[in-house]
Amino acid sequence: MALLEVDDLVVQFYTENGVVRAVDGISYEIRAGETLGLVGESGAGKSVASLALLRLIDSPGEVVGGEIRFRGRDILELSADEMRGLRGDEIAMVFQDAGAALNPVYTVGEQISEAIRTHEAVTDETARDRAIALLERVGISDPAARYSDYPHEFSGGMQQRAVIAMGLSCDPALLVCDEPTTDLDVTVQAGILELLADLARESETAIQLVTHDLGVVAEICDRVLVQYAGEIVERAPVEELYYDPKHPYTVGLLASIPRLGDGRGRLTTIPGTTPDLVDPPTGCRFHPRCPYAEDVCARRRPPLVETESGSPDDGDPDTHAAACLEYTGDLEDGLDYEVQVRDESDESTESNEPDERRLGGNDGAERTRERDPTGDPR
Amino acid sequence: MSDRHPTTQRGRIRIVGFDDAVADQQAGDRENDDDDDTIATGPIDSSTTPGETTTETESEPDRPRRRLEDAWRRFRRNRTAMAGLGVIVVMAVLAVFARPIEVSTAEVTITLQPFSLAPYDPSAMFVGPANAPPSRAHPFGTDWAGRDQLSRVLVGGRYTLGIGLVAVALALCVGVPLGAIAGYFGGWIDEAIMRLVDVLYAFPFLVLAIAIVPILEPIPVLGGGFWTVVLALAVTGWIGYARLLRGEVLSVREREYVTAARALGVPDRTVIRRHVVPNAVAPVVVQATLNVGTVVLTAAALGFLGLGLEPGSAEWGAMLSQGRSSLVQGRWHITVFPGLAIFLFVLAINLVGDGINDALDPHRDVSDERRRLR
Repeated sequence: MALLEVDDLVVQFYTENGVVRAVDGISYEIRAGETLGLVGESGAGKSVASLALLRLIDSPGEVVGGEIRFRGRDILELSADEMRGLRGDEIAMVFQDAGAALNPVYTVGEQISEAIRTHEAVTDETARDRAIALLERVGISDPAARYSDYPHEFSGGMQQRAVIAMGLSCDPALLVCDEPTTDLDVTVQAGILELLADLARESETAIQLVTHDLGVVAEICDRVLVQYAGEIVERAPVEELYYDPKHPYTVGLLASIPRLGDGRGRLTTIPGTTPDLVDPPTGCRFHPRCPYAEDVCARRRPPLVETESGSPDDGDPDTHAAACLEYTGDLEDGLDYEVQVRDESDESTESNEPDERRLGGNDGAERTRERDPTGDPR
Repeated sequence: MSDRHPTTQRGRIRIVGFDDAVADQQAGDRENDDDDDTIATGPIDSSTTPGETTTETESEPDRPRRRLEDAWRRFRRNRTAMAGLGVIVVMAVLAVFARPIEVSTAEVTITLQPFSLAPYDPSAMFVGPANAPPSRAHPFGTDWAGRDQLSRVLVGGRYTLGIGLVAVALALCVGVPLGAIAGYFGGWIDEAIMRLVDVLYAFPFLVLAIAIVPILEPIPVLGGGFWTVVLALAVTGWIGYARLLRGEVLSVREREYVTAARALGVPDRTVIRRHVVPNAVAPVVVQATLNVGTVVLTAAALGFLGLGLEPGSAEWGAMLSQGRSSLVQGRWHITVFPGLAIFLFVLAINLVGDGINDALDPHRDVSDERRRLR
């Protein structure tokens, strides 16, 4: 049994413009000790999906369907007291904006020991000692002195470390990180990511990492979910997602990553914007923006299927699944892109025409995917 | 963690064809741009060196250590507020040391405070001639019963200051929890509390207090006078704080640190007490300080109307009320001195309230400095 199983979760927000389905029937699971990435654009419902795990969706939002099973127990059925016992103790959260997630009127140390005292009957002394140990564990130098510093006296990176320390205060089984590095510059970001990776390695803490940064995912995740407009459109082990993306949206995301020394004058983008979830597109939600869309895409909603066999996804987390009609065999022209990987041996030789290696996929999709991109796509 | 080695060469992976397809779709033409997107790009060395980074060593060094210290520093720089605080302190000291304070039981009398600044007993009659104008023996003159006005004004400060501070403190004790609960939980709790506030708000402050005093008067525990007035003013006073705090809490509870505390499993009452109220209470503190003046005026008005303290007690408002008949006889000194005392105290309280308002707003710091430089 997986540590956390999310089954057909639906979260709605009731707004003046209508009902917004921020999360629309997502299912996934997290096993103990693994790191799962949840990526997507702003507004894809990533944060909502994470808050729902702790039942922190407030009015006007509501979890209207599905199950969230943590160690086999349905979180949505727990009483308020049981839920409070779970929060922080078993499932903890690290927020995006560490500066805002720390209360400005208390010292950082007090806030960490508060988290400890909430769940364990310890003396103030013990709580203090453990808070200092936690500060040290997340890489804050001179933790005893920094214990009595106020949040505004910490830099952004240290604030994020302090928030992670708060999340770790009771050794949770699952740490939900909601864009923990978005506000930080890259060097600090690297430090935080290394910290998270260390934590995942040392302890048996599973991490759900919500981000829109594919680089972050590549660095520390084991598996990745790609979320678009409230739905999961692709699920894959991390290497496969980068070397062999299956869903056009994932492909678009990967194609949009700018690279130094790129000859092209314009940055690649996915045309259009995230759809209005009050009135989502019919059929495949990505079809208005998808360059490979055909008529059938607007009519039929693609199920999440295993890309190898085309059979409906059975939830096995190690398989590669995508929600595109291509893999159910409904697309006439197929998808037309390829993944090029520069060989590591060429990187040192600075050659202008590097050798290109093509990573072919499996047999089912190879024919279309391997078609020459300069050729006629139709 | 899996046994995969970390993907550090992000620059190696390259998608070709997606943007072409986009371009095709957008242009609608079949012609493909054949200029093969030169892939001649050096791979980005994205393997950033993690570890201790120099950027996170020091925060702004000149930031003061504590919020309250900081506020006190700003408050001290405000001369008018300090003057107001000085006036209040002097008045309080005078009131406390005006007459000895004694606690009497059946046998023993314990003297808590032996000093007596007031030259006479404020209730002793005919210590001088009746209605005498200010003189050396009686600097503020005497009233119709020959009581020394200076002594009465000094001792009256106990009633007035006491009513002001205790009534406001009581009102805060009711208004702050109710406002915080209404704002934090919302829903029907909020509705119930806020509709009650609305109903009480529908009455003018003074009229409500006048209505409450006769209701409270028969309760024996309260005795006549001081506590009746205090309670009447507390009952009418808490609604303002509750409404003000609720508004603040509505915005504070959306802050991420409140969500973060809840995500850690902190119980609601602790969230309110430790995270919500301390961050929302500043405007209420300012309002309460300013209200001390209003409450003192209302207490004086009640005394003037003959409600509240028993007649003849040395409360400033009651003194004004009793002196009004002598005003037409040209004896100005009987009303001027208690009136001046009320005026001075309320003015001082307002100056301090403004000072606190400025001191609790950290943005004032900058503009203060700028003004000073000019």
